[in-house]
Amino acid sequence: MFWQIDLLISTLVIICGIGALTVKDLLGAGILFGAYSFMMCLLWAVMGAVDVAFTEASVGAGVSTVFFIAAVFRTSRETKD
Amino acid sequence: MKSIALTVVLILGCLLVYVAQEFPGFGDPGAPANVHVSPFYIENAMRDTAVPNMVTAILADYRGFDTLFETSVIFTAGLACFFLLRVIRRRAPESRLYRHIPTDLTIRIEKGGRLPASSAEFQRIDSVWVPYDLIIHMTGRLIVPFIQLFALYVIAHGHYSPGGGFQGGVILGAAVILFALCNNLRMTVRRFSERTNALLCSLGVIIYAGTGVMCMLLGSNFLDYGALAGLLGVDRIMARSHGIMMVEIGVAIAVNAVMVWIYYNLSSVGRQDEGL
Amino acid sequence: MDALLSFVIAKYNYWVVVLLIMIGLYAMIAKNNLVKKIIGMNIFQTAIILFYISIGAKKGATIPITFGEHGPPVAAADFINPLPHVLMLTAIVVSVATLGVALALALKVFRQYGTLEEDDIHSQIRKE
Repeated sequence: MFWQIDLLISTLVIICGIGALTVKDLLGAGILFGAYSFMMCLLWAVMGAVDVAFTEASVGAGVSTVFFIAAVFRTSRETKD
Repeated sequence: MKSIALTVVLILGCLLVYVAQEFPGFGDPGAPANVHVSPFYIENAMRDTAVPNMVTAILADYRGFDTLFETSVIFTAGLACFFLLRVIRRRAPESRLYRHIPTDLTIRIEKGGRLPASSAEFQRIDSVWVPYDLIIHMTGRLIVPFIQLFALYVIAHGHYSPGGGFQGGVILGAAVILFALCNNLRMTVRRFSERTNALLCSLGVIIYAGTGVMCMLLGSNFLDYGALAGLLGVDRIMARSHGIMMVEIGVAIAVNAVMVWIYYNLSSVGRQDEGL
Repeated sequence: MDALLSFVIAKYNYWVVVLLIMIGLYAMIAKNNLVKKIIGMNIFQTAIILFYISIGAKKGATIPITFGEHGPPVAAADFINPLPHVLMLTAIVVSVATLGVALALALKVFRQYGTLEEDDIHSQIRKE
């Protein structure tokens, strides 16, 4: 049961990671980064690290995404690469 | 530049794959990481500290030095953001925007102008303004107290379930950030000022280090919570459990204040008048 | 064939980690935009944390929270290794601290040069 979940969530993690680096809109990159953090949190929860998953959910998918979006709001939103 | 980066990354990838042959398989109980010190922690954490959550017991008691310096690292990050970005604005802005609360009109006052006589009905808004939304305002008012209550629950139940000081502190900071997102940054700074933030994050580090120093003053080593047994009136095992609780509270206060402080400095680029 | 299969399939967590390390390092070196570089730094950090967590996992074991004073006696093979989890909690804290300072530096660069693209900044510096 578990290696299927691991494989599925790992595929989503890699797709979100590559997506966050490839989109041309920095706001979209910030949101995809939040999704990447949340998928990592799920992966760690499946591997049994519940404390670390809790911390990553609150820090990565919460506060870290807000910091990124605040920084993008104060600088420019589009980028060439 | 990109081709150099690609070659470097591919060489590193091949090196890592070659080294991964020596690693133990996934989920092997006989791996070297699972054999040397951690069986001692797993078997003795409940017996020595009366805390069922092993991760909290190791984090705050067996490896308490690491957590003390982690708290000072997050405090230093808050200080660094403050020193990098903060500008104390002396000049008034060129034009200010106000919203008339009864009729929902927006007026703009240029430089040198003054506010009209009935200024209690006017509310200052940001220069990147969005229309006032009642739903966001009321939802924020309803949700923020419950988020703070949940954060206190997470801190207090760090002994028995996943959670602890750091997670609860981040959730408390997130509640204040949610308040700042639903309303103005100016209103949030008025309620939870920068001076309070700075004092709270130093207070958190002082609580943690002070617990250690108190153990030293009572005759034992630094951060050896068993020495608090005489002071608290319980036996040595429960004294360690209470010592863990005290340092978790210190970590939560420090982390809460630092998250809010970094948000204030990042979202307003140091000026702290208009935010996200 | 059998050894190759066990090499690839039994250690699949390490391949995910290696792939994420390569993505993160490539983003930190090759991307032009400063915010994308910072995202690459964070991907690298979370990949390292995944590596440590996957080392501590054990087959057929439960999460590292015991049952209290009235539960059964604790055997080391029944619980997932809690020591990497503790170390990685500190790593997550350090990563958010580094993220805050990195974004503050990016905002200061934007205030000075008006852009976040690395080649524009280099050409502005060369003109001075």
